[in-house]
Amino acid sequence: MPKDLYAVLGVSKTASAEDVKSAYRTLVKQLHPDLHPGDQKRGERFREVASAYEILGDEEKRRKYDNGEIDAEGQQAPAGGQYYRDFANRGGARQYQSHAGFEDLGDVSDLFSDLFGQGGRVKNGRGRNVSYKLEVDFLTAANGGQTRINLPDGKPLNVAIPEGVTDGQVLRLKGLGEPGQGTAPAGDALIEVHVKPHPQFVRQGDDVLHELAVSIDEAVLGAKIEVPTIRGRVAVVIPKGASSGQVLRLKGKGLKKRAGGHGDQLMKLKVVLPKVIDSELETFMKGWQERNAFNPRSDVS
Amino acid sequence: MMIILREEELVARIPDLLPGRLHRWIRLGWVRPERVEGLPVYREADVARVRLLRDLENGAEFDEDTVVLILSLLDQVHGLRHELRSLAAAVDGQPAEIRERIRLAYHRIADAD
Repeated sequence: MPKDLYAVLGVSKTASAEDVKSAYRTLVKQLHPDLHPGDQKRGERFREVASAYEILGDEEKRRKYDNGEIDAEGQQAPAGGQYYRDFANRGGARQYQSHAGFEDLGDVSDLFSDLFGQGGRVKNGRGRNVSYKLEVDFLTAANGGQTRINLPDGKPLNVAIPEGVTDGQVLRLKGLGEPGQGTAPAGDALIEVHVKPHPQFVRQGDDVLHELAVSIDEAVLGAKIEVPTIRGRVAVVIPKGASSGQVLRLKGKGLKKRAGGHGDQLMKLKVVLPKVIDSELETFMKGWQERNAFNPRSDVS
Repeated sequence: MMIILREEELVARIPDLLPGRLHRWIRLGWVRPERVEGLPVYREADVARVRLLRDLENGAEFDEDTVVLILSLLDQVHGLRHELRSLAAAVDGQPAEIRERIRLAYHRIADAD
């Protein structure tokens, strides 16, 4: 049985031409397959809508349809049945594809920058990329800064080190590679960063690990002390009764995160006894030992 | 089979498309037909795009500013979809071990967001 075209558009048989048009307008916005490039299900429903409107949107054809002179199967729209997305998805509309706005992906991955960036697209005559290695110290890498390298032609080049740069990361300086042929663009300078280790800080993801030595009295009584961070010294409270191995977290004192904000500094406590145990400490400890039976290995059977 | 239409053939094929409207779309850069011996020719993808523009303007009755916005986003989506398909095909062409490593790395990054 042929479909009721009025039902397809969701209007009554007595709907005015303006109502039919308005219903169609709404359905185009909702269902047009080209407004949903990856959703194949929308295609079929819209095909019906477009076919129904072919007839009901035309006064003459609508009258004939109402009189049973033409039926719902009489029209197919669009002819050939292919939407723009079908060509675009098959690569048949390359001249319309936009590759604008991919530059930011180059920050995420050097590969992307090569594939999608200007460099990947322009192949004829573009200058070659030139690679350099650059050593930066831990704190410059952590906080960002400026450094200077010498190009092969002897010219100095200022390089901005982005905050939180990682060991092995490649910085791309557009147009500072070898010149292109004729009007073709120059290649890029690719600078591979090597971060020198730091005597106190170790990077772990966006966090900074740091071993913090505390004295026996600071560990027992608690204390407020100053500790180094990658951005200067800050005050930290050592809790009363701190043990070696305990980790204190300094929120936001770590490295810059890609998603924004900073990681933390994680300080692993290490209780350090005085180099020389004086008789006062020894006497006190003997007395303490006799009155208190504390076995830190009690949970080890 | 590859279909290539001249302008009058295109206009004849698409109901309610008038040459003036087509010329305006070309002037706006919405349709960019190739030129053969100085005359515009329309391939299947151009024809489908003209049909889409007709649906957006006549069907949905979007105004010019809205069509510009839709086309710009649509062309970016298709650009991205093309890159994604190319990248997926490149990954697919790798040995199983490398595909597995990419899959793991992908999940580690995608699931962390």
